[in-house]
Amino acid sequence: MNKLKTRKDLTDIRAQAQKRIADIGCRILICAGTGCLAGGSQKIYEKMCELCGKSPGAEIVFSPEAAHDTHTTDVQKSGCHGFCEMGPLVRIEPYNYLYIKVKPEDCEEIYNTTVIGGKPVERLLYSIDGVKYPAQEDIPFYAGQMRLVLKNCGRIGAEHIEEALAFDGYKALEKALFTMTPEEVVNVIYDSGLRGRGGGGFQTGYKWKQVARQPEKIRYVVCNGDEGDPGAFMDRSVMEGDPHKMLEGMIIAGYAVGASEGYIYVRAEYPLAVSRLKTAISQAMDAGLLGDDILGTGFSFRIHINKGAGAFVCGEGSALTASIEGERGMPRTKPPRTVEQGLFGKPTVLNNVETYANVPMIIQNGSDWFHSIGTEKSPGTKAFAVTGSINNTGLIEVPMGTTLREIIYDIGGGIKGGKKFKAVQIGGPSGGCLISTDLDDPLDFDSLSRKGAMIGSGGLVVMDEDTCMVEVARFFMNFTQNESCGKCVPCREGTMRMLEILEDIVHGRGTEDQLALLEELGNAIKDTALCGLGKSASLPVLSTLKVFRDEYLEHVRDKKCRTGTCKALSSYVISPSLCRGCSKCARNCPVGAITGELRSPYTIDQSKCIKCGACAGNCAFGAISLA
Amino acid sequence: MLDKAFYEKADEILSAHKKGKESLIPILQDIQAVYRYIPRELLSYVAGKIGITEAKAYSVATFYENFSFDQKGKYVIKVCDGTACHVRRSNLILERIHNELDLPDGKNTTDDMLFTVETVSCLGACGLAPVMTVNDEVHPAMTPDKVTETIKKIKEAENE
Repeated sequence: MNKLKTRKDLTDIRAQAQKRIADIGCRILICAGTGCLAGGSQKIYEKMCELCGKSPGAEIVFSPEAAHDTHTTDVQKSGCHGFCEMGPLVRIEPYNYLYIKVKPEDCEEIYNTTVIGGKPVERLLYSIDGVKYPAQEDIPFYAGQMRLVLKNCGRIGAEHIEEALAFDGYKALEKALFTMTPEEVVNVIYDSGLRGRGGGGFQTGYKWKQVARQPEKIRYVVCNGDEGDPGAFMDRSVMEGDPHKMLEGMIIAGYAVGASEGYIYVRAEYPLAVSRLKTAISQAMDAGLLGDDILGTGFSFRIHINKGAGAFVCGEGSALTASIEGERGMPRTKPPRTVEQGLFGKPTVLNNVETYANVPMIIQNGSDWFHSIGTEKSPGTKAFAVTGSINNTGLIEVPMGTTLREIIYDIGGGIKGGKKFKAVQIGGPSGGCLISTDLDDPLDFDSLSRKGAMIGSGGLVVMDEDTCMVEVARFFMNFTQNESCGKCVPCREGTMRMLEILEDIVHGRGTEDQLALLEELGNAIKDTALCGLGKSASLPVLSTLKVFRDEYLEHVRDKKCRTGTCKALSSYVISPSLCRGCSKCARNCPVGAITGELRSPYTIDQSKCIKCGACAGNCAFGAISLA
Repeated sequence: MLDKAFYEKADEILSAHKKGKESLIPILQDIQAVYRYIPRELLSYVAGKIGITEAKAYSVATFYENFSFDQKGKYVIKVCDGTACHVRRSNLILERIHNELDLPDGKNTTDDMLFTVETVSCLGACGLAPVMTVNDEVHPAMTPDKVTETIKKIKEAENE
């Protein structure tokens, strides 16, 4: 694209981009998020391009030679549609058909029936309870959502700036640069009440205000894309599916606080996000929306990408900036806060991906509009990654204040396999558990912290009756213990001790006294650790101890795990009625715990059994089970 | 002593970065992208070139889990043990890989340098749990039997 030098250049190119979309007769959007790519969507894309006579990955050109008739079909790789369970997904406009579980073999039928014929391919439509849903928007999974941040994810080609421009990309930047002063931009964000989507829920506008009034003139804008919470992938989807929205948010932040450089810190585990961001940055540079003298306003801004190197703690602000500086990613004591002395010791605005992606629409629509969505203290929407034992795993976006019941049952389609709902783990290793009595309470920053949980980055892992909550607590403690950077004693030693106790409990060595010790340690770490990782490390344990105390008691008192997850607390038994006495298990047992006579039932000596499961896995008659 | 080619490669990577401590992590990432590990000699070499002490470079490199000083196998298998994969029994996937490759506890790379097995805390593909990757290619909705099949395919391709 030619470099845009003025506001008119931008509005002209946007008009061309919009006209191009309007001229398209049929638009095929193939999900190329990580999930669908793993399901083979690249092959679908290539096949579709071939059928439509397009060359894969072709640039978008607006030249007069590219006449309208060649534009009757358009094939684009889009970002994540969110309905990952049903991938690979293909959306076809203007009909808005959503095809699920598409295979390359289906492309020809899609081409003939839909692209040429305009009719849906019935067998590829989503259906539930006997109802078929041709239009994406009517599917219950989508109908219950309010997609604002994720609006373009799945609707635009993720690798072309022309696509973003056609869907109002950089319109908010235009408004900010040409009609607002930096102070006005800060004030709109401040008034909107936007709160950080990365976990803390701190007021974004307050941070911006603080940075803007620092005497130091060199300032930085940093985007935290180090989405480390296991079970969370909303930031990844924004970076992969609509990278320009996030870049636009960062550029606006730069203009608002007077910074000329921005850094994005992305997890190395997200290679696709890194490559999409690199593409987007170079396109924005070429278009003159990044770089020197943006659109002739005199405002200059550049964005760099830093890849993480596998340290969860780098999601913490001061650890993240240390890592960009080339140090060990360890948090430091505060104050000074990041807004005063952040990256390279300069005032720094640090927000996460989803927060920046909220900025353009707030600038566009104003703070009152933003307040009309969500709850009073937590305006706007929130993206959640819904996973675990639920029918519709995937990425959703709902207004703040939506209840868990709406998310799990209306959007999520209920618990997998018709099992009973047990709990939702929210906020990952820094979060807590919500149970059936919490199902009807609105979800927002404050309601959750009152319950000892937190929204965190928005990972929702649904657990059914087969999940052992003690084991889940051990799992999270193991995670935070591994990721503790070792700087402060409460976190380094405390999480280690807590993990040891939890290991004792799941291995049948726990005592009732240890439960009290767990609580004491948990509270002490919460009160004294240096950073957010440590302060919240004990939340999963404290929260399960409170809500599922009976399960802990069963483990320590009765040495019983009701779900059979904790192997040490259950034993393998041979059913005498099913056993044929073939001796296979006895031969497989590595410790000689199984004895018997051929053609009569064998038995397991529990005192010798190490519960390796070799017997059960190899029994041809299914006679051995865990009880 | 490392072969000269290693230093030449390092020089090439160094020339693409600014001199200074903030370039250490990106440079090490680039080196690892080429060799799948960081030859120790190169760490010292890079430290000298960008003007930091060897001790400093070592302290940073050892802090981050992604950096490895041990050579890795040709195929790096990463098994996700994030929450979603964990509740969908990723431990069975890992167990099967260890069995298939005959790796005892505590050993991650096969003697023939063909496979390295690692666990990661989340690949962000939770909708497809349990997930593993082979050299960054995502394998969704894994089962122990799919593990056996995948490893068999790689071994067959190698033998051809």
